[in-house]
Amino acid sequence: MPSIPYEHGLILAAILFVCGLVGVLTRRNIVFVLMSLEIMLNACGLAFVVASARWGHADGQIMFLMILTLAAAEVAVGLGLIIQMYRRFHTVDISVLNEMKG
Amino acid sequence: MIVVWLILTLFVGGALAWASELMDSRLPRVTALLAMLVSLALVLWLYWSSAPAPLSPGGQWLVFEKWPWVERFGIHLQVGVDGFSLLMLLLTVFLGLMATGAAWHEITERSGFFYFNLLWTLAGVVGVFTALDLFLFFFFWEVMLIPMYLIIAIWGHENRAYAAMKFFVFTQVSGLILLIAILCLAYFHSVQFGRFSFDYFELQSVVLEGRFQMLVMLGFFIGFATKLPAFPLHSWLPDAHSQAPTAGSVLLAGVLLKTGAYGLIRFAVPLFPEASANFAPVAMTIAVIGILYCAKLAFAQTDIKRLIAYTSVSHMGFVLLGVYAWNLYGLQGALMTMLAHGLTSSALFMLAGGLQHRFHTRDMGKLSGLWAQLPKMSAMALFFSIAALGMPGLGNFIGEFLSLLGAFQVNRVATIFAALGLIFASVYSLWVIQRVFHGEFKVPGHGHDQGGHDGQENDLSATELICYGAMAIGLVWMGMYPQTFLALSEPTMTFLLESLDGLVSSTALVGEVLP
Amino acid sequence: MLDWIGLLPVFPSAGFLALVLTRGRLPRRIAGIIGVGSVALSFLLAAVISVEFLNSGLESHTQVLWVWMSVGNFSPGFSFYLDGLTVVMLLIITGVGFLIHLYSTGFMADDPGFARFFGYMNLFIASMLVLVLADNLVLLYLGWEGVGLCSYLLIGFWYTNPANGYAARKAFVVTRVGDTSMAIGLFLLFSQLGTLNIQEILTVAPLQWSSGSGVAVAAAALLLGGAVGKSAQLPLQTWLPDAMAGPTPISALIHAATMVTAGVYLIARAHVLFELAPSVQLLVAFVGLLTLLMAGFTALTQRDIKRILAYSTVSQIGYMFLALGVGAWSAAVFHLMTHAFFKALLFLAAGTVILSLHHEHDIFRMGGMRKKLPLAFWSFIIGSAALTALPFTSGFYSKDAILLAALEQPQYGMLLWLGGVLGAFLTAVYSFRLVFVVFFGEQHVDAEQQQIHGHDDHHHGPVHEITGFAMAAPLVILAVLSVIGGLISVPVENVFGAHEEPHASTLIHGFMIAVPIIGVLISYLLYSGVKQGASLQQMLSSVRASKIGSALNRFWFSGWGMDTLYDTLFVKPFVALAHVNRRDLIDQFYGLLAALVRIGNQAVVLTQTGYLRWYAISLIGGLVIVIGIGVWA
Repeated sequence: MPSIPYEHGLILAAILFVCGLVGVLTRRNIVFVLMSLEIMLNACGLAFVVASARWGHADGQIMFLMILTLAAAEVAVGLGLIIQMYRRFHTVDISVLNEMKG
Repeated sequence: MIVVWLILTLFVGGALAWASELMDSRLPRVTALLAMLVSLALVLWLYWSSAPAPLSPGGQWLVFEKWPWVERFGIHLQVGVDGFSLLMLLLTVFLGLMATGAAWHEITERSGFFYFNLLWTLAGVVGVFTALDLFLFFFFWEVMLIPMYLIIAIWGHENRAYAAMKFFVFTQVSGLILLIAILCLAYFHSVQFGRFSFDYFELQSVVLEGRFQMLVMLGFFIGFATKLPAFPLHSWLPDAHSQAPTAGSVLLAGVLLKTGAYGLIRFAVPLFPEASANFAPVAMTIAVIGILYCAKLAFAQTDIKRLIAYTSVSHMGFVLLGVYAWNLYGLQGALMTMLAHGLTSSALFMLAGGLQHRFHTRDMGKLSGLWAQLPKMSAMALFFSIAALGMPGLGNFIGEFLSLLGAFQVNRVATIFAALGLIFASVYSLWVIQRVFHGEFKVPGHGHDQGGHDGQENDLSATELICYGAMAIGLVWMGMYPQTFLALSEPTMTFLLESLDGLVSSTALVGEVLP
Repeated sequence: MLDWIGLLPVFPSAGFLALVLTRGRLPRRIAGIIGVGSVALSFLLAAVISVEFLNSGLESHTQVLWVWMSVGNFSPGFSFYLDGLTVVMLLIITGVGFLIHLYSTGFMADDPGFARFFGYMNLFIASMLVLVLADNLVLLYLGWEGVGLCSYLLIGFWYTNPANGYAARKAFVVTRVGDTSMAIGLFLLFSQLGTLNIQEILTVAPLQWSSGSGVAVAAAALLLGGAVGKSAQLPLQTWLPDAMAGPTPISALIHAATMVTAGVYLIARAHVLFELAPSVQLLVAFVGLLTLLMAGFTALTQRDIKRILAYSTVSQIGYMFLALGVGAWSAAVFHLMTHAFFKALLFLAAGTVILSLHHEHDIFRMGGMRKKLPLAFWSFIIGSAALTALPFTSGFYSKDAILLAALEQPQYGMLLWLGGVLGAFLTAVYSFRLVFVVFFGEQHVDAEQQQIHGHDDHHHGPVHEITGFAMAAPLVILAVLSVIGGLISVPVENVFGAHEEPHASTLIHGFMIAVPIIGVLISYLLYSGVKQGASLQQMLSSVRASKIGSALNRFWFSGWGMDTLYDTLFVKPFVALAHVNRRDLIDQFYGLLAALVRIGNQAVVLTQTGYLRWYAISLIGGLVIVIGIGVWA
């Protein structure tokens, strides 16, 4: 089975990561920000998987499993926060929530 | 063990006072009073059972204990009580009682937490007066700081947040400088002897080279002089004192300031004899400036607590002068000034607090002629003002006279200028009496023609009378028979002088400046 | 009995405590009994002790009560020392003090602060006794400050009037200037001689110091500073006239008979030090001379009956200083004693006048009181005669001794003597001016009374002499003492060494007798309103009307402008300085630090926008920078 060059996998991961990052930075809807974060997390996960395939070592796979659980937890908490936020402020626009400035 | 018991009594008493608030809001003060009485009993027992502890270095220690704590860095739980510490402990627990009395009716909100802070401050002070390990010393130094901050910040007057923060920043910064100096000393011990040590006696053998010794000594000096406070570092004190609740002012003026002087006598000079000898003229100049400058400032104040605060700085100048004269007269004078000033300033702060409690103002311009309506209180105010201006026969005179006598042997010019402080003291003390207690009767919220019958009810209560009476008796005792106190501290002072004599014979503190 | 001298100050102290601690709740009768009785006990004890001491032939007696403080070599005791000088002082203080206490029970009978008054008076007597009994200078300093405190308390006794408080504070602070000088003197003496015991100092000092050496001069000058403060001599005399704000018995006791002579006592006690410093001793003489002349001229122009007496006190103490300055120690002490008698008499009589005239102080609103107030009149006549040193009164002997001793002074004898005689002339004029204006001439008070009748002004009732046993007896006793006091010889030979009596020619004696009599005559012509003196009276008023005359009058009246001088020189700059820097420059400096920190804080706060993307970008930017540094550095 012809293996995919690991560079391709890493480049894909980088592209995904940048996509997610741009999403986090530009989106105002907090749901999209959360989704972008998920993309970034999964980009990291992909990089781990690729690296583990490259070195023939299972640590990366294990790490991906951990990221998976982390992502799940994050989504759970994040969604809860979003719902709370919507209830309280009746908006999902994060620019409105800038009360913590100094 | 008795020292440990003493500290534990205060710590546990504080915790109990806090807890007891849950049951009844009047319980904390009773708990605190009991804890104070127990500690007073412990200190008195220490006083009567005092025989020199056999193992103590120098032979003047009445109690000397040492347990390992952090062996790796040479940190021990090392405590000791000699005559000097014992007197300071007596003053501490006595004024602790007075502070409890002052707070008795004044503190009504969150009283449990208040007494907790009060007792923990005192525990810290007791620790400071007994610790002979510099790490332990620094630990207690910080312990007494934070509860005091809380006392000012929570129960203070109108501008309390500012005052508390100022107090905290000044003491904390100076405390950190002190810590750095302590660590330097411990480090150089490890360089010279191969292991760390924070032991007071071992650190005395550390040899530091000239300029560096001066730097480390300055670290100690700044740490203690801020607490004292000495002239350019005094500016936290008027705010802290005038904003603190009465009990807080009593502790601050009566006890916390004395830790600075104690530190100078116990640590700053003995650990760095040569540097201190070289520094003495500067310190004495600072003292003189402080005496005169703050006396002048005191005269200009209209806030009565602020005025008393400035007089405290002025009086502590005599202590600084006496310490850096570094002869028996100066040291004993400094000691007596510390004791007597503890009583007078506390009493005056309590009187000012009493005035504020009754008339809701500290502005001298709004009060006048109280003698007619509050004769007992006015008589007490007169007594303590007279004591503060150094009337012979009362404790402050002994202290100031001996300090000046000692300083005169060393630095005549400084002494002559410092003696002018006696004149200024009479100016501001009598000014207060004139403004507040003499003249036509006038208080805010009342007309000039207030009927005499309800005026008297405001006069001192029995609790207050007992407190003032006890302090007045103490002052008369100090003034008429100071030997009780002088004899107790004399072994310590002689020991300190003798142990330094050999070290500084070349750059003698004494006599060199004499023509 | 000699061992009982420790009890002397105990009685009045106990009286003080009893009166102060009961805070006026005692009935007046009991308070009076305690107040007067405690001093009476002291007087009896003092009398017994004095008799025993003088009969025993001892030179001195020391009684150590307890060691006051012991620090190194410095161990002053609470110990009392008795010798001839002390005996004289003891008897004056307790004797005159007792009479004045007795008088006060009448004078203060209606005052609400009756018990407080006697409490302070008792404390004063106790302090004064400690002062004269002290065997070391520290204990003396205790008494010294104690009497100053009582003086403060009693001048400001009627505290509702701020003017009284001002006078009291002025008295305390001005004397404290002197006291501080004295304290420094104590430090100097101790650092040089290693002791503050008076007798030891007097023995050791001549051995260690040569005459006129710098240290001796400094020590004597510093002690002199204390003495001029307490005794109201130049340049610290300004407080005494204002001190008359206190009740009149206080003026008699503290500001005439006892406390103000403490300076004289101090110098006499430390006479060896002054002998070692001839320049300072000469200074003492000139201070006395200048003061007595200055006060004499000032007294000529005053209108307030008590201020006249106050300036005359200043002037008489000037005579004592003059005596001290020329080494006539026993003459000074002698004059101290006679002065205590006649000046106390004058003040108490003045008190009677003031009380009888419902607190009138202005002598020109009195007049013709001879008939109305016979007791006060005769007291004034006797007292003024003694003050003026008319022959055969007590003042005559003591002032005579001083002037003759002044003449003996080798360098400036003639000058000092002439000055003293001029002073005696002034004394005669101003004291009999007082007598003639108050007791002779027309009765101004009643005339005025009729004018303002019906217009219910404050305090004019019919004039009748307020006496009674308590007030009359002291006057009579003091009057007798003022006359015969000159026959008492002060037993101080052992203290000062034998002193040969100065001899002078009959001419000088005659001159010294004639001068006061001329003064009295002039005063009679000027002030008693007799016709023979009309031309003289006219001359006086024309002089007073002239430019120089009125300027001089104002200058003298203001006490030679010393108050204004000190006010502009010390008080105003101090107050101005205090108020300029009320907020404490140092504190402002720390305030500046805090402000700087706050500005820095605000700058950093700008980066906290509250936008999530801003934080994310800065996070990533930071990451890039860190990685970049890691890769390329």
